[in-house]
Amino acid sequence: MVGFNALVLVCVAYVAILFGVAFGADKRAREGLPGTAWLRGPWVYTLSLSIYCTAWTFYGAVGYAARSGLEFVTIYLGPTLVLVGWWWVLRKLVRIGRAQRITSIADLISSRYGKSNLLGVIVTLLAVVGTTPYIALQLQSVTLSFSVFAADRQEGFELLDLNATALWIAAGLALFTILFGTRNLDANERHHGVVTAIAVEAVVKLLALLAVGIFVVWGVAGGPTEIARTIDASPISDWQMNGGRWASLTFLSAAAFLTLPRMFQVLVVENVDERQLATASWAFPLYLFLMSLFVVPIAVVGLDILPKGSNPDLFVLTVPLHFDQDGLAMLSFLGGFSSATSMVIVAAIALSTMVSNHIVMPIWLSLRSDGASMSGDVRYLLLISRRLSIGGVLLLGYLYYRYSGGGAALAAIGLISFSGVAQVLPALVGGIFWRGASRNGAAAGLIAGFAIWAYCLFLPSFGPEGVISDQIMAHGPWGLEWLRPQALFGIEGMDPLVHALFWSMVVNTSLFFIFSLVSFPNPLERLQGAQFVNVFEHSGATRGWTRGRAQAEDLMIMAQRIMGGGEAQALFEAEALAQGKESYLPDTTPGFIERLERELAGSVGGATAHAMVGQIVGGASVSVEDLMAVADETQQMLEYSSQLEVQSEELSRTARQLGEANKKLTQLSIQKDAFLSQISHELRTPMTSIRAFSEILRDGGMDEAAARKYSSIIHDEALRLTRLLDDLLDLSVLEAGHVTLHPQPDNLSDVLDRAVAATTSVGEGAGIEIRRNPVHEDIDIFTDTDRLAQVFINLIANAAKYCDADTPRLKIFVTKRAERLHVDFIDNGSGIPPESQAVIFEKFSRLSDQAKAGGAGLGLAICREIMDKLGGKVAYLPGQGGAAFRVTLPKAPLAAG
Amino acid sequence: MGKQVLVIEDEPNIIEAISFILNRDGWSVATHANGETAAEAVLGQVPDVLILDVMLPGRSGFDILQELRGHEATQALPVLMLTARGQKKDRELADRLGVSRFMTKPFSNAEMLEAVRDLAGSPTS
Repeated sequence: MVGFNALVLVCVAYVAILFGVAFGADKRAREGLPGTAWLRGPWVYTLSLSIYCTAWTFYGAVGYAARSGLEFVTIYLGPTLVLVGWWWVLRKLVRIGRAQRITSIADLISSRYGKSNLLGVIVTLLAVVGTTPYIALQLQSVTLSFSVFAADRQEGFELLDLNATALWIAAGLALFTILFGTRNLDANERHHGVVTAIAVEAVVKLLALLAVGIFVVWGVAGGPTEIARTIDASPISDWQMNGGRWASLTFLSAAAFLTLPRMFQVLVVENVDERQLATASWAFPLYLFLMSLFVVPIAVVGLDILPKGSNPDLFVLTVPLHFDQDGLAMLSFLGGFSSATSMVIVAAIALSTMVSNHIVMPIWLSLRSDGASMSGDVRYLLLISRRLSIGGVLLLGYLYYRYSGGGAALAAIGLISFSGVAQVLPALVGGIFWRGASRNGAAAGLIAGFAIWAYCLFLPSFGPEGVISDQIMAHGPWGLEWLRPQALFGIEGMDPLVHALFWSMVVNTSLFFIFSLVSFPNPLERLQGAQFVNVFEHSGATRGWTRGRAQAEDLMIMAQRIMGGGEAQALFEAEALAQGKESYLPDTTPGFIERLERELAGSVGGATAHAMVGQIVGGASVSVEDLMAVADETQQMLEYSSQLEVQSEELSRTARQLGEANKKLTQLSIQKDAFLSQISHELRTPMTSIRAFSEILRDGGMDEAAARKYSSIIHDEALRLTRLLDDLLDLSVLEAGHVTLHPQPDNLSDVLDRAVAATTSVGEGAGIEIRRNPVHEDIDIFTDTDRLAQVFINLIANAAKYCDADTPRLKIFVTKRAERLHVDFIDNGSGIPPESQAVIFEKFSRLSDQAKAGGAGLGLAICREIMDKLGGKVAYLPGQGGAAFRVTLPKAPLAAG
Repeated sequence: MGKQVLVIEDEPNIIEAISFILNRDGWSVATHANGETAAEAVLGQVPDVLILDVMLPGRSGFDILQELRGHEATQALPVLMLTARGQKKDRELADRLGVSRFMTKPFSNAEMLEAVRDLAGSPTS
């Protein structure tokens, strides 16, 4: 006999295993270890779709069969039809999801209709209202399955407090979801850990149901022939098909498969490769088939064997228990537990993303008058808001469970939930297939459908003590008979579910079409519409921003706060490189801004990202060219124009490169002249002092103190000359490429130690406080470390010389990237103004007066040449507050050591 | 009190050397290191001779000379220009702008002193 403690122990052990699986998969996916390809393969994807089968399906299907015969099949039929017959709809959704970096179904609708946040909020509310009871249902099923074990035993089980159990389960799920669901901020980075854990749960629940089924057919009934006879004899065989209800339920489950937030999460957001749909399109129906195979036998045997009045929803548990099959009952319990937990976890992730992106972020943005350009790390805020949202969603689920009274009210919740989220269907399907669909249409349809569903189905489900009284149910509000919730417009005798579904969908779809036809979409809406509908024709070539007054540095500062420093810098650097520029800041071309916006959308959703970028860019968001592109209605025109766009983009890139080259040549010739007269000046100035004072000394006649003073001036100026000649020689050797490198294995931390020691010992470097992180610096490198140290010394000495803060500080920190190593030197001074950032690496460029500088202005030029020879680079890193330089080392030669 | 020489130069050591040489010969020396305010300084108290460096922080010696030649008070002021940039076109430009003497650094102390005496006579007469 299984004791309660043993049951809890098994649960905890099972959850611990899931933790391990999720943690391992997350780690492996992040580190890109070999042999982890299957983690992103079609099988894990297919299994993750099984969150469609919740506890409602696991336990409830048998109950459903026991009450209503074969009607339960419709729940499996809908998704099967979608996957087998309509998988191209899914493919289009997945393609759009990737092209637009969609984070949730609310984000999809909002992005499609001109990045409208109103629609995002409507869909989010709909999803929260529709999903909360469903989460409550899962909590109920788990607590009920606990109580089944309790009822079967006498040993102090009455003490078991169901509410407390539900609360503990909700808290545990919240913890799991927060741990694995909010690790990565960017939804497009996907939750490998969670998805893998869910795939494991999918296998457990399938095995559990198959095991119970096999036990029932061969262990209890005595074989397929016997079970067929039992079925014939049971009341289930008397079941008559109700055509309307059958069709409605099939439609409903198909619609829900597309629109349930959690399904959208696994289908679209977590999808890594759209080819996986090909596998899922036959493998998932097969999974559903296996899940439904033994439903009727279990139901029939349960009805036959168990005492009258037993809850058929729990036959999956009670039948094995009846035969004292504790192990089987335990497996079955874990199956139900898996079904419930996987649904809740994914639903909480999906809902928290929506709540955070469409409700919390916009409110927070509007509360700040300076909008996106404020200080502080938005990533942190986003993570907090997602974590709180997850907690909030689960708390709502728990409260609903607690106060809805459980039991009967919850039994019908599955289908009610389905009909709620199905309201998104017209806006969704219309949005990806019909360019005429407009925001007003989508909003009108959604609001009306939502309202009818709430009035006719959701609110009545609370019973007469709830919102809708018996009085209203029987005679309508204010005695208006035609407004009765279950007989709108006087149509009576319909099944309440079919009735609500019929009216909500009819009104929803009609309003969607009518408002779309009569309203004129705004330019951004048309643009997005074209991109969604024609996603296969021109994916990628999305345009939305004209060149506004975008400041690359402002954009970078914002991007750093949302995406994190490393990611943002990599994005900007890659773009600058593609534009053929040497600095870290690219030109703010419309294409780049659009790309940046999409990257941000992956973190905060389309509407918010658009608003944030808009605050900085300021310019109109749609250009004349874009409008023209939208106006071209025919496919060929669009194709042609996108070809032209590619060509013109190429042309303008070439032109930009030519322009830069030309500018460079002109500059070179000017620079050569300037260089010669600079060298002349730098050499002649110390020589003037030397000559003048040596003549004075030769003349004699001054006192000894003056003579000593003049000799030491001659000495200092001679040293200055030597230094200059050394630098010049060094530079000319480096530039001519005749330099011999002496690579040797060393440790980055040691090289930095030497550089810091060399600078701080000479006095002038002693005034600056240097902060480092030795742990990150502990990296073995293989390069010419004397040369590298020379670069570091230069950068540290520069910071010591030029940092104008009251208490000067220099931060040196090291970051490891896939292909390279960054060593950043960031001081807390006022930094280098943008117009000077381009010239500091030129020879003889000194920004302040030379008396203070003490050098000839060749230091950074030498650094640049050295890093070039070492296969890395050194560049100014804008947007860090103070002056900041980044030394980049390639990883390839490091490995050679 | 000798005649006044104003030295506009930004290198402290060179200022010191020129001052020493001129003082020793009996001249009274004033100095100014900033190019931007140099013309004002000259116009405020016009010296007997001006020694003007070319590469100054803020404003070039050529610019300053051009401005001074536009003012009545300094139209005929003797100006000795010193430059560390030994290019021919610099000398030509200085001539065009109306320089009195042009010398490249490094100079011999005696030559420099002779040039000043040529321009303004003896320090005390």
